Amino acid sequence: MDLKTKHLLDIASLSKEEIEDILNLAENLKEILYRPIPKVPTLRGKLIIYLFYEPSTRTRFSFEKAAKTLSADTLTFTGKGTSIEKGETLLDTIKNLEAIGADLFVIRHPVAGAPHFVAKHSKVSIVNAGDGTHEHPTQALLDLLTVREKLGTLSGLKIAIVGDIKHSRVAHSDILAFQKMGSTVYVSGPAQLLPDLKEEDYYKITKGGFKICYKLEEAIKEADVVIALRIQKERHGEALVPSFLEYHEFFGLKPEHLELIKEKAILMHPGPINWGVELAYEMEKYPFQVILDQVENGVAVRMAILLKLLTGEKNYENLN
Amino acid sequence: MRILIKKGRIIDPSQNLDFIGDVLIEDGKIIGVENSIEIQEEVEIIEAKNFWVLPGLVDIHVHLREPGEEWKEDIETGTKAALYGGVLRVACMPNTKPPNDSPEVTKYILEKASQKGYVTVYPVACITKKQEGKEVAEFGRLKKAGAVAVSDDGKWVQNSEVMRRALLYAKNFDLAVISHCEDMNLSKGGQINEGYFSAKLGLKGIPASAETIAVIRDLILAKETKKPVHLAHLSTKEVVSFLKWAKEEGISFTAETCPHYFTLTEKEVENYNTLAKVNPPLRTEEDVEIIKKALKEGLIDVIASDHAPHSPLEKEIEFEYASPGMIGLQTLLPLSLNLVREGYLTPLTLLEKLVLNPSKVLGIDPPSLKKGAPAEIVIVDPEEEYTLTEDILQSKSKNTPFLNKKLKGRVKKVILKGKVFDLTFS
Repeated sequence: MDLKTKHLLDIASLSKEEIEDILNLAENLKEILYRPIPKVPTLRGKLIIYLFYEPSTRTRFSFEKAAKTLSADTLTFTGKGTSIEKGETLLDTIKNLEAIGADLFVIRHPVAGAPHFVAKHSKVSIVNAGDGTHEHPTQALLDLLTVREKLGTLSGLKIAIVGDIKHSRVAHSDILAFQKMGSTVYVSGPAQLLPDLKEEDYYKITKGGFKICYKLEEAIKEADVVIALRIQKERHGEALVPSFLEYHEFFGLKPEHLELIKEKAILMHPGPINWGVELAYEMEKYPFQVILDQVENGVAVRMAILLKLLTGEKNYENLN
Repeated sequence: MRILIKKGRIIDPSQNLDFIGDVLIEDGKIIGVENSIEIQEEVEIIEAKNFWVLPGLVDIHVHLREPGEEWKEDIETGTKAALYGGVLRVACMPNTKPPNDSPEVTKYILEKASQKGYVTVYPVACITKKQEGKEVAEFGRLKKAGAVAVSDDGKWVQNSEVMRRALLYAKNFDLAVISHCEDMNLSKGGQINEGYFSAKLGLKGIPASAETIAVIRDLILAKETKKPVHLAHLSTKEVVSFLKWAKEEGISFTAETCPHYFTLTEKEVENYNTLAKVNPPLRTEEDVEIIKKALKEGLIDVIASDHAPHSPLEKEIEFEYASPGMIGLQTLLPLSLNLVREGYLTPLTLLEKLVLNPSKVLGIDPPSLKKGAPAEIVIVDPEEEYTLTEDILQSKSKNTPFLNKKLKGRVKKVILKGKVFDLTFS
């Protein structure tokens, strides 16, 4: 099944079927990563350009590994040391890189909608690798893949997301993604970092599928999945929580919380982690924390996305 | 030279007139307004059957961008857009570069307007020096140079003591005080209305409270200083109940809104459409409805365009980096006519808000169709439907969400300074 559009901009515009299709493909592709020589020639001759206007470790290397596994060529453009410092606009940069021969752009940008803006003007596919406080669709897809892998289903689950929901593009994508797959999402954190009540109308895409909790315990009680998030201090501009010490005491996930969540509930985090703030360091030892599985699944999901956008349905050949 | 306008619907709020008749003009002056005037010789006849014959509109909220941002607009192009919109007097906001906080800038604007301007320009000067909100500007010298009002438009005077002082000092010089009501701590970093779309687009929302709180403070200061305050471009339903309260309290104030706040909703920003980025932001359907009711009930006195030209350099970029604002001089009348079509206003009450009340705010004699008045006349076909193309727009900038949309109601001719401008070309 081909995607409806030639871009991957957000979870909001994906259907449940499209998401399932991507997850199935990713699951199949994952096997390639375990081969003695983890490389297939499928995307040979395709040029992927990364436009990273914001720092990234996991996402960037994950896309890079995905592209290299599929034998695509890649070039990286970062906000520093290129013409952005000479005042070139995003649109001009895109047009120039298209002229150089890009087949697909992966964009991370500090402001919401930058990939959507580029998509309106670009001839080639755009993949959103995180835009401001808007969405981070590939992260949500790898979260879904991880949960499906560990729990065997994506429907009927209670998903708790704890932390700076308001400024987290991961949370925004996850809230939509898990609901689309039939689960319920509970969010908790300091109220000033939660969506406000008017915004709730948008996040609640299924009946009763989304709930804002001002008490952490309410959100994580009987949860199947707990996702901890980092405080996006760099997006606040000023102190929105009184101190990390206080944050950890009232909103950090600690061993005592393991009593509340379901037995064998999984613990996730999109990274980077601030141990001792959103997660007590003891939580690393929790047997069902799957943080590195998420990272590994990120490669598979991004391979699936690149493959879908750069080849047609019939062309998933050369995978051997 | 004599001009006779025949059989038009004459609507003049300054005399409370609304009838079908003729207007005779000689040497740029109105010399007759009658049911029928018969002259055969030495007269240019303008047939106005089915058209409206109006005094020129007065738009008290316009950004002409000169001096300093002439790539967006200048006094010549801005006033030409005004002419084509039937707006024969404009008050221009002081957030130019440099800002109009000195007699020199005020004089520069007036001089440019007298050389290049198509319509009359009234400079609005700053409330505070450099619009910094700290020190009250030289109101006396600004008034003497030709300023009619003061405003820090684009910014609210955050410091209540400074605003109080400005209201008091403006009394010495009979300067109107126009407030851009926005608590800038609440709106900081905000891009669009807070709610469904701010969540959907991941853009920081501007809560209604940013406007409401500012309005309430200014009303309280107006009460205490007994100096009327003019509240610019109101957009939220929340403020309307406080306007009602202020009326009951006997506070003297005037309130303004713009066509986009009674025509468009936040939905326009969908897909990160920067043409719909404006400050205050577009709100919800409910807000639109209540703003229209407030116009009907007379709680909002003035309709102004907040004409804010921006070039593609400021608009064809990432949403967060794009400048807020839309042009509006040529859409002011067609969009306002919808209020008559929808039954919120009569033609006369509409023109009160487009001609009479804005003149009162500035303390100027309103354009009028009275015998003896200078002819500042606009002839409008209220029924003409057309697509708003770039060619029609006279402004240097084309940043309007109404671009390539259908409009109804078009200015056909303007009579100004003894000249007849034929504005229809197709």
